Amino acid sequence: MSHYYEEKDLEKFQEMGKYRADLFDNFMNYYQGVMAPGGALTVREKALIALAVAHTVQCPYCIDAYTRVSLENGSNLEEMTEAVHVAAAIRGGAALVHGVQMHNVAAKITM
Amino acid sequence: MVPFARQLESLGYAGLRALEVSTLQVNLGWRCNQACKHCHLQAGPERPEQMALPTIQEILRVAADCSIPVVDLTGGAPELNPHFEYLVASLHHLGVHVRCRSNLTVLLEPGKEHLCGFFREHRVELICSLPYYQQEMVDRVRGPGAFQKSLEALRRLNREGYGLPGSDLELHLMYNPGGAFFPPEQKPLEDLFRRELAQRHDVHFHQLYTLLNMPIGRFQDYLQKSSNYESYMGKLLASFNPATVSGLMCRSLLSVSWDGGLFDCDFHQALNLPLLPGLPQTIGEFDLQALATRPIRLEEHCYGCTAGSGSSCGGSLATEG
Repeated sequence: MSHYYEEKDLEKFQEMGKYRADLFDNFMNYYQGVMAPGGALTVREKALIALAVAHTVQCPYCIDAYTRVSLENGSNLEEMTEAVHVAAAIRGGAALVHGVQMHNVAAKITM
Repeated sequence: MVPFARQLESLGYAGLRALEVSTLQVNLGWRCNQACKHCHLQAGPERPEQMALPTIQEILRVAADCSIPVVDLTGGAPELNPHFEYLVASLHHLGVHVRCRSNLTVLLEPGKEHLCGFFREHRVELICSLPYYQQEMVDRVRGPGAFQKSLEALRRLNREGYGLPGSDLELHLMYNPGGAFFPPEQKPLEDLFRRELAQRHDVHFHQLYTLLNMPIGRFQDYLQKSSNYESYMGKLLASFNPATVSGLMCRSLLSVSWDGGLFDCDFHQALNLPLLPGLPQTIGEFDLQALATRPIRLEEHCYGCTAGSGSSCGGSLATEG
């Protein structure tokens, strides 16, 4: 193994069903149900959400997969970049809003 | 890789045959005013290949004698053939439905500005390439300025009555992906194109067809140079959809090359893979009975027509399965 993350490892995802096929099958059924067409969101919208989440969880497999899926559903780089900015803004805002806790703790322990 | 012929054999399609010849797809030459990055024929302004008048007359003879319902003109840019208007007018006179695959920008070339009106007069169905509804992607694939020129050509066609709701002057768009990925599902993409082109540019069309980029010609070069070839071919194979086989375009279409050769499709033509031995090989030898039930030549790139929703000159073939 030359790197912890290998591009081809995504194709081996099914290996995770090897010892607990029941759990993996449950996950796959849920996953496929969520991403399937015919819901309140279009497949294109779901792919953009997945792309944004992929960046917040910083998963290279998901970024690779949902960049492709987004393009294959007609999204463009303007939309995809904006989706990543949404992820970054929420993630940044989440860090910043915890500064209130820091202020609270500081207020509690300082004179 | 499982050979395509064996893949079909396992589905009960051993020795795939044509069902009819309802469309004669005529490639008028490989000369084009553009040199798109995905072009399977590697067409461009420097290409000398052009269909000559005697071959065009053979096309007219076959269309009349065999009552071919549809003649589908492609290239290159078919409009650049010096005999293009003669062929279209003659086919129209014969009562043949004429379809022209236009790159749009050619309609703005000097001496070609009258073609929008010419198309209307001869009731030509138009299938126009437009790989996206935004400039960046279109210009990257088709060259700087291509998007704005395409919009201008579409506006002119709309002014002639093409592509408007309720109009029988058919104007369809052809989408192909701008890279090593597959086309979206046709209907949602059509909705997106319709909304964006109408709102942003006041441009209208009837249907959008999606076409997968075949891994041959310039697109194959790109796949290899960008190290995408292996994964693209792997995905083509993995996405094989048996539901596409019955509607494969080679079962109802016959392709004629600029020099009069006969092929199962334009992709076979690009690779110089003629009809199987024993069949008529040129338009001069046209034999409807033999060609309408001919065995089809199956090659590895045929996986490009059976992946996902399938792909053809008329768009996708099936619901993805």
